[in-house]
Amino acid sequence: MKVLLRNPRRELEVEGPVRVHALLQRLDVPRETVLVIVGDTLVPGDALLDDADVVEIRPVISGGAA
Amino acid sequence: MKCTVCKGPAVIDVRRHNANFCAEHFLRLCRDQVAKAIKDFTMLQPGERALVAVSGGKDSLAVWDILLELGYQADGLYLGLGIGDYSDTSGTFARAFATERDLTLVEVDLPTDHGFDIPTGARAARRAPCSACGLSKRHLFDDAARRGGYDVVVTGHNLDDEAAVLFGNVLHWQADYLGRQLPVLPARDGFPRKVKPLVRLGERETAAYCVLRGIDYIVEECPMAAGNKHLGYKAALNAVEATSPGTKHDFYFGFLDRASHRFAADAGAEREELRPCATCGAPTTGEVCAFCRLVERAAVPVALGRRR
Repeated sequence: MKVLLRNPRRELEVEGPVRVHALLQRLDVPRETVLVIVGDTLVPGDALLDDADVVEIRPVISGGAA
Repeated sequence: MKCTVCKGPAVIDVRRHNANFCAEHFLRLCRDQVAKAIKDFTMLQPGERALVAVSGGKDSLAVWDILLELGYQADGLYLGLGIGDYSDTSGTFARAFATERDLTLVEVDLPTDHGFDIPTGARAARRAPCSACGLSKRHLFDDAARRGGYDVVVTGHNLDDEAAVLFGNVLHWQADYLGRQLPVLPARDGFPRKVKPLVRLGERETAAYCVLRGIDYIVEECPMAAGNKHLGYKAALNAVEATSPGTKHDFYFGFLDRASHRFAADAGAEREELRPCATCGAPTTGEVCAFCRLVERAAVPVALGRRR
């Protein structure tokens, strides 16, 4: 499957099937710091991703304090 | 994973609530949490005119959307900060949100209206970029609200933001900042009231709200913020939260319940000395306010640069 990461923007190819939480663990991404999006909707941690999916791992942490 | 409310398929888990939600019930949760914050802290009254500080990011667009969903009258304010492509892109998202919903978006452009951008201003004033940015934003929010006759300025600060700021203020025992770290700052001495209706939502929730509502926002991080202290505080708190969900909520709301009032006098001491800025008339502790001093230092290099 194609996996899109941001900040910096980059793409990875990951072999499926794999569950969302396992994918995040494999990429060393803390689950509370991202959303996982397939198509135009969110997928939960136990969702099974397969090779045909295009997966966006979107960070949610913003840096502005003001 | 099933929705805790309806047992249908869930799209998100919220660990500090020990619950999962489908899209419908997650959106309801977000609106309910904002409504509760508004009610608990007496942030807004029906019929008041609110000005939402909109950056084009998830939090400000989410709070604008939720306020409108809850029936409040809210216009947006976008500040062009001159941070290269980042500002250009963020402005595009803010304008698209307003245009698609036929909303009023007030715009102020720092380079055009005040003669400098944030990177130049920070260098000229020898301030950290986030410091120059925060100072400029606070001044321009207040100014726009006064000029537009708005009752209240709304910002998109969420639970993660407030917990991280609190963490930093406690680490350095910034007593005056602790005295002012409230979800509502009442109108006083020429400052409009400021409210933070997202304090009961984490930033993962505001991002999820935008995705589920189909709100496009700028995902890229501000290039000026990379590596700042605030992000470090968030990382530290998230490390604790990962093993103890709910810690950020307990830290922030525990402070408001049990400790905030102890610092009220520290914040009040500074307020007693406020007088009008000799240049712009905004309330300040000195003769000239910090924003006008920044303009004095920063506007010249930009103007010289443009002539070349």
